[in-house]
Amino acid sequence: MAIVVKRPKLKWYEHLYLPALAKGLRVTMGHFFKLLSGKTKVTMQYPEEKWDANLPEYYRGAPALVTDEQQRERCVACQLCEFICPPRAITIKPEEIPSEDKWAKVEKRPKTFDINMIRCIYCGLCEEVCPEQAIYLRKDYAITGTSREEMIHDKEKLYEIGGVREGLVNKWNELK
Amino acid sequence: MDWYIILAATIKIVVFVFLVTLPLVAMSVWAERRVSAAIQDRVGPNRVGPAGLLQPVADGIKFLLKEDFTPNHVRKSFYWLAPALTMIPSLLTCAVIPFGSQLFGEKMVIADLDVGPLFVFAVASLTVYGIVLAGWASNSKYPFLGSVRSTSQMISYEISLGLSIVPLLMIYGELNLGRIVMEQAQNGWALLPLWGEGLSVKGWLLAIPLFISFIVFTTSMFAETNRLPFDLPECETELVAGYHTEYSSMKFALFFLGEYAAMIIGSGLAVTLFFGGWSLPFGWLTPESIDAEVPFWHGLIHIGVFFAKVILFIIFFIAVRWTLPRFRYDQLMKLGWVVFFELALANVILTALLLMWLK
Repeated sequence: MAIVVKRPKLKWYEHLYLPALAKGLRVTMGHFFKLLSGKTKVTMQYPEEKWDANLPEYYRGAPALVTDEQQRERCVACQLCEFICPPRAITIKPEEIPSEDKWAKVEKRPKTFDINMIRCIYCGLCEEVCPEQAIYLRKDYAITGTSREEMIHDKEKLYEIGGVREGLVNKWNELK
Repeated sequence: MDWYIILAATIKIVVFVFLVTLPLVAMSVWAERRVSAAIQDRVGPNRVGPAGLLQPVADGIKFLLKEDFTPNHVRKSFYWLAPALTMIPSLLTCAVIPFGSQLFGEKMVIADLDVGPLFVFAVASLTVYGIVLAGWASNSKYPFLGSVRSTSQMISYEISLGLSIVPLLMIYGELNLGRIVMEQAQNGWALLPLWGEGLSVKGWLLAIPLFISFIVFTTSMFAETNRLPFDLPECETELVAGYHTEYSSMKFALFFLGEYAAMIIGSGLAVTLFFGGWSLPFGWLTPESIDAEVPFWHGLIHIGVFFAKVILFIIFFIAVRWTLPRFRYDQLMKLGWVVFFELALANVILTALLLMWLK
């Protein structure tokens, strides 16, 4: 069914179009001067201002490996994260811990632990699945590189980002 | 003596056209982007140089370094000729605009012609050839439609543009822009007759047709320079980019710059005709007569005043662009032929009657 749109009947001065121009200019110039006087809040100037301070507790940034309070790497190379990772960003090569090592009873550790940051979708499933609380999503979000190789975080880099985290898993700690 | 005239003219051309107008073109592109950003509550380009002032330089370098692509299906010679034909007339019209009173006893106008406005309209109407050639030589659908639109629009509005200033010329009885400005400096600007002989019943009555002609002139100027609300030749939503769709790199930049140069010259002409050109209000620092000696610093102030007025007018251009939506094409044509043409004609008659009555 066709609908007849009712056109408003314009007054003679509205036909002139100039009052509309003045009205429009008042709106645009209002915005203009409000911005000039700093009353309008504009977007954050990114490289100078960052939102790091405003990141929420639960922010999911780059995943990283952590060591415990005794400098032992927490990862036991169970490869659960590798299996759960939806984009298959994680590649782990496990190795056996030699018997003369202080932590020989842990039996396994990752020989290499690579996370391809081009693939990572920051879903946090690796953190969720880890039985040893060894992998965490940090707050780093500006992961950049000039080559594909640079974007693959190896074990060293992951521990550098992760640092030390205490508590939570005490099963390897003889004192507790 | 001859070499002196040539030297003076050369210096004026180099300084006014290449050192002032062209940078002003670049700066108005920057101003357009910053002002539009501010109007839309954004920041705009603020990275290159202080407050983004070097952005035009970066843009220029980008234009120069981009691939200058010539499509296979174009008429090469016309395709190459078109950008130049839009840029050159815009800059040529600089010649007759008085941008100051005097410096070193030298009139601050490149060519002190006695047919100033006529010269401007004659040369400015050549711009349409560039656009027609661009649309035709591009040998493609959208540029062609854009150029056809632009042509009919420019031809329609040229009539009201020319007719709109006839009342002004009748009142001043003068076609020399320098002397028109002088007259306004002494007896009140055309739209602001607040001092000298302008401050009288006659002056105020004559301001009525001048106001009408100012409205017609400014609106036609918007149409002539293809700016919103009359930018139908290049409206993105219908025609991709209009007549310069097929152009890239520096050739596109020439169209772009030509458009802004036309805008600046249009502003300059409007300021010269209706806002007293280089003169300060209330006859301050106004020389006795057109040939009187002007102190050096007065001359400098006059040049500054002229450019301040032009810049204000450009900002008005920009503000209007970001305020109004685009006209429909039939509305545009109707406005040009049915409203403005008649209005300008009636205005001429009104002025003639007023002049006869007030004589």
